[in-house]
Amino acid sequence: MPMLQLENLVASYIPGVEILRGVNLRVEQGEIVCLVGPNGAGKSTVLRAVSGFLKPSKGSIMFNGKSIGGMAPQKILTEGITHVPQGHSVFPKMTVHENLLMGAFTVMDKNVIEQRLEKVYSRFSWLKTRAKEKAGNLSGGQQKIVEIGRALMLEPPLMILDEPSLGLAPKTMSELFETIRELNRNGLTILMVEQNAREGLASAHRGYVLELGKEKFEGKAKELLDSPEMAKLYLGGSTDEDSYRRRSKKTIAPIL
Amino acid sequence: MPMLSASNVSKSFGGIKAVDSCSIAVERGSITGLIGPNGSGKTTLFNIITGFYTLDEGTVLLEEKPIHGLKPNRIYHRGIGRTFQITRLFWKMTVLENMIVPVKQLGLRTLMSQGVKNYEEEKAMELLEMVGLEKFRNEEARKLSFGQQKLVELAAVLMSDPAMILLDEPAGGVNPVMIEKMMDLVDDLNQKGTTFLLVEHNMRLVMELCQHIVVLDHGQKIAEGGPADIQNNPLVLEAYLGSTQNANATT
Repeated sequence: MPMLQLENLVASYIPGVEILRGVNLRVEQGEIVCLVGPNGAGKSTVLRAVSGFLKPSKGSIMFNGKSIGGMAPQKILTEGITHVPQGHSVFPKMTVHENLLMGAFTVMDKNVIEQRLEKVYSRFSWLKTRAKEKAGNLSGGQQKIVEIGRALMLEPPLMILDEPSLGLAPKTMSELFETIRELNRNGLTILMVEQNAREGLASAHRGYVLELGKEKFEGKAKELLDSPEMAKLYLGGSTDEDSYRRRSKKTIAPIL
Repeated sequence: MPMLSASNVSKSFGGIKAVDSCSIAVERGSITGLIGPNGSGKTTLFNIITGFYTLDEGTVLLEEKPIHGLKPNRIYHRGIGRTFQITRLFWKMTVLENMIVPVKQLGLRTLMSQGVKNYEEEKAMELLEMVGLEKFRNEEARKLSFGQQKLVELAAVLMSDPAMILLDEPAGGVNPVMIEKMMDLVDDLNQKGTTFLLVEHNMRLVMELCQHIVVLDHGQKIAEGGPADIQNNPLVLEAYLGSTQNANATT
């Protein structure tokens, strides 16, 4: 049984305008699954439906064999799914430490909170040195780690990441994906959306291409990456010389 | 003489020098890239050039005339258009209305009183088609996905034919195939004479489009030069790219 299974999922923000038009996908325990596809394909909407921010109008969402479709977000959180949304979502005026504590707001046992804090701090040791800093003062990449740290405070079986690499410098992005892979090696199952499709798939086990609110392809991440057709249609940067025209790059006077 | 030159510009927030005596020149007709780690001052520099921030020290000259101290709308009318990293569309206006609002010599008032002029609508629709969003013309902007909003912003800035366009992470959140189209579009406009200054983390876009690249770290310029120089500069590898492998990973 897959950890997460969506069957024929239909959802919309405005009645009558379906963003998801019958999505089927699954995430097995221990996997990293990456969703890619054009802008407006419904990738973020899938994530929102899974974490309860959007009520599906049809279809089912099963998590560990239990139907969670339409449940309130906080209920889904306690079922074991945390969602790190697109863009910045730290509480900018709270300290790093306070942000992490917010992640455990459904946990009542103080000792448990303390243990988890220690775990997060030992995983990301620099967080401890910045614990008293306002989260809004950190760089974009650092804030993303705070968000992931905050999500880890629930020790969720499944973490949802919506474009984790957005706005990150290349070096920071590589470090972030390394962190994601390491969390996964330690048992965390991950469902993520990445517009940086090549990097996202390179870190994933399987991938789905979503288009117009429906999954169009599913496969091993490596197979998707190696397919010339995928490159042409969805991933960009095809190695096929004819598929994109070389830009002229005219020369200009050097700036001294 | 560069078209735009910022000289010894500094800007502090509280105790932190976000931009520290930084100089950057943009040649007419060039596509100039501005790269650097998160928090290195790229967007702050953009905000200074476009008048969203006032600088603490230094000068910004456009066509040899000072523009620092001018309000953003004045700078816009001098011919510098820009987009934002996190989109700033009018959420409750339609996509088409968002396209028309920034048109030169037009403001909200004209929009409200006279409606949309034919040639403006034609141009707006042409641009929306180019970014693949023509069917959303009558949708409220807030109903678009983040990536779609980025594309509307890019299309909207092109409505007024600015002589220089500043793009703040145009590829962020945009599908790779659309990034290719965006690169073609920027290249095409550049061929026709538009000058670009862009901040971007997508190295494929930067290295393929830019003739000249300036690298910031901690608010200071640490390197500048052509793509090949920058890709092999040890300081840049250390501060930004991580390793040559990473630099190639996104190409």
